[in-house]
Amino acid sequence: MTTQTSHTMLYLDGVTVSFDGFKALNALSLTLEPGEMRAIIGPNGAGKTTMMDVITGKTRPDEGEALFAGRHDLTSMDESRIANLGIGRKFQKPTVFECHTVWDNLLLALKANRSVAAALFARTSAAQRGKIDELLETINLKDARDVSAANLSHGQKQWLEIGMLLAQDPQLLLVDEPAAGMTDAETAETAKLLRKINETRTVVVVEHDMDFVRDLDVKVTVLHEGSVLAEGSLAHVSADERVIEVYLGR
Amino acid sequence: MITNRLMNTRGTLSFYVYAILLGTALLVPLFNLLPPEGSAFHLSDYTVTLLGKYLCFALLALALDLVWGYCGILSLGHCAFFALGGYAMGMYLMRMIGPRGVYGDPILPDFMVFLNWDELPWYWLGFDNFLFAMLMAVLVPGALAFVFGLLAFRSRVTGVYFSIITQALTFALMLAFFRNDMGFGGNNGLTDFKEILGFDIQARSTRAGLFVASVAALAAGYAICRAIVTSKLGKVLLAVRDAESRTRFLGYRPDRYKLFVWTVSACLAGVAGALYVPQVGIINPSEFTPANSIEAVVWVAVGGRGTLAGAILGGVFVNGMKTWFTSSFPDMWLFALGGLFIFVTLLLPKGILGTFLDYYGKRKGTGTDVAAPIAPAAAPPEAPAPEQEGRPRELERAGA
Repeated sequence: MTTQTSHTMLYLDGVTVSFDGFKALNALSLTLEPGEMRAIIGPNGAGKTTMMDVITGKTRPDEGEALFAGRHDLTSMDESRIANLGIGRKFQKPTVFECHTVWDNLLLALKANRSVAAALFARTSAAQRGKIDELLETINLKDARDVSAANLSHGQKQWLEIGMLLAQDPQLLLVDEPAAGMTDAETAETAKLLRKINETRTVVVVEHDMDFVRDLDVKVTVLHEGSVLAEGSLAHVSADERVIEVYLGR
Repeated sequence: MITNRLMNTRGTLSFYVYAILLGTALLVPLFNLLPPEGSAFHLSDYTVTLLGKYLCFALLALALDLVWGYCGILSLGHCAFFALGGYAMGMYLMRMIGPRGVYGDPILPDFMVFLNWDELPWYWLGFDNFLFAMLMAVLVPGALAFVFGLLAFRSRVTGVYFSIITQALTFALMLAFFRNDMGFGGNNGLTDFKEILGFDIQARSTRAGLFVASVAALAAGYAICRAIVTSKLGKVLLAVRDAESRTRFLGYRPDRYKLFVWTVSACLAGVAGALYVPQVGIINPSEFTPANSIEAVVWVAVGGRGTLAGAILGGVFVNGMKTWFTSSFPDMWLFALGGLFIFVTLLLPKGILGTFLDYYGKRKGTGTDVAAPIAPAAAPPEAPAPEQEGRPRELERAGA
């Protein structure tokens, strides 16, 4: 077991989180190989968001182990430290800095020394400008670089947030319902974007939209009441009796 | 491009601020010292002192705007730092009285003789040195803010809760300084100053000098604040103000950023207090009164939160109104202040300068002011802002 964990990207074992006696996560175990893309599905309250909270340090589990890249114990770190290790998170509701322009949003997210002194004396280098231009190209917001993020459409905000995630240059990306509220065209574009990101990084996607998950065509983990109900291809889990009962059949 | 043009607007704004401050520093002492008394151009000593006082308040407002306007930290206890700076200056001025006190003791201030103390308490040592006293006027408020901020920000105390404990801080200090055995003159505070750096504190030229020093301090404070808010650090501060937890997931430590500006702000407030005391001639515990700090928040809201220059404007404008009202209609002042605050909150949520910049920006087609927050000026921005990141825990639990 220990030898096996050393080269996994993410290793969760027996993670339990309870809020006032309610078990949001119940001995959840999950492993993720480097370079993998995984879709997590499950009905409301299955613990998808709580799982993300545990991985990113927002919530501390009552029990269990959470290891990143085989050696970093995520349960003992706070959000900023985990972010600096190389885990990026995109929220369900797009959260960009609305008072800043698209450009400044990316600049703030760009991988750099996060200390106060470094920020006070920071000058944007040509290399950083190039990197931001590249990102603007990737997320289709080149023409909106000086637009205040508050004035972007919902879909554009989602992309900007994905751009900010990429700017952090993380090894592992956690993406919460990226297609929520998007048009069909935007959804297809997003799936393409995620696949492209997956070429160089490990990605976890939490999603409700079955068509979107089918589009991604990756291994699926079904959560139910805080633990893993089934795992495998979408076709495989769709055929599972218990999955149909708790989720798909409804 | 829009950013560039906005930067230009803001650059022009800071040019006006420096120009007005320079003009004030030259003209006010000039009209005070040159024309003979009785001439139509003569500015009375009273007016010079009054204006000097306004400038100290403006510096306090500037310090408050740095934390409130740019980082969303609503301090309702900033006068604590102001008063501590004032006490440091007051202690120096007390030591300078020397044997000219009522009891004629060469070392001990009158109130200590009155309390039958034999020697100076240890914390009064060194205050006969001007530089040491000025260093303390900056360091003591700074150190208090650092420790207070370290505990509060690390425990993630924000919003209304933070504001309430800042009120408690200044209230606790007020009670402490009221006690005679604290060694700061108790109820009466420190007063009857004679000289500063060897100059007679009542002399007209000294007053002009103190006025110029206040303008210089305000200009320096403005330059420091601008350097902070126009840097990348300033962008991080705005991000923390609007979506604190998001900055954490980007790897920033908002508590350290807050601690930095909070401490800088307290140091600036300390300088303001140190310049205030020799001009008004007294410092006593009433400067710690919680209501004073709340009034300072009104200055910033009226002038325009998140604009720096607006805070200066608000500090001078509201205090000018206060002087006018308290001499012409003394009973009406509190109603006027309350009315002004309600008026600004309801009709000018961005304050005088914020509204002006908006109007000016629209006419020139450059959009709105970058830093001015969207929330109404009076409301602490943390309170009404919903949890940005996904669902709150309670909802998750309830299976929403």
